Amino acid sequence: MKKHVLFLMALVIMVGTLWGGLSRIHQFGDPVIAPMDDYYLYNAQAERSVNNIVTSIVFDYRGFDTLGEAAVLFTAVCSVLVVFRKGGHN
Amino acid sequence: MYSLSVIVRTICDVFAWFLAVFGVYVIVHGHLTPGGGFQGGAVVATLFAFLLVAYGGKKFVSFYKSNLFSWFETIGLLVFMGTGLLGLGTTFFYNFLAGQGGLFGSPVPIGPNSGVLNSSGTIALMNMAVGLEVIGGLSLILYYMFKGIRLYEESGSEETGHDG
Repeated sequence: MKKHVLFLMALVIMVGTLWGGLSRIHQFGDPVIAPMDDYYLYNAQAERSVNNIVTSIVFDYRGFDTLGEAAVLFTAVCSVLVVFRKGGHN
Repeated sequence: MYSLSVIVRTICDVFAWFLAVFGVYVIVHGHLTPGGGFQGGAVVATLFAFLLVAYGGKKFVSFYKSNLFSWFETIGLLVFMGTGLLGLGTTFFYNFLAGQGGLFGSPVPIGPNSGVLNSSGTIALMNMAVGLEVIGGLSLILYYMFKGIRLYEESGSEETGHDG
């Protein structure tokens, strides 16, 4: 019974906090800091001759981040190979 | 893991090609449509999970060339890094091919348009490199994990695993 009361209190506090935060959030499509987004949207076609702005950010403007992602996949394969390798622990 | 019924295998034969073609389409059109190397590579890697479930492990292990896909992964990552390094005259990951007129170098009209296939410079190359890497990487993970399960199953009832 005590557990249930504690759980309900925690639930009320969490939902209240989330609801309060969500009700004060800015409108969809109306970001607080826009200059960076506007730069990409208006200049990517002229600068990089690309139609897909999202891909131009992922692979060009923020290409170094994608290099990290690719390296993460490589590391995942290496670690799977280490865990599931044949042979004993010598 | 045993192979499933002939119905499942026939459906797998029919749809595996569509899956492969759709994955390659997502990869090579990554600079025009939603998607790209990671997403298309994951679609193609799903094909191998499909084959593993439908045909069973014994046939899949004999069919799957792990050396080839290991090379795919290595070459994909190396091409990705090499394309980034080639732009080092300006900055790391500079798009040195865009708008130059050569490979993937056509300029695009400003504003909404239907898309130019031969555009976007190194982005298309990097999409293909990452797609190759993800195909190799995810299918290798599947293959190694399946072989690990087999290792456990063949060791009998005791939980000897890799120590036995």
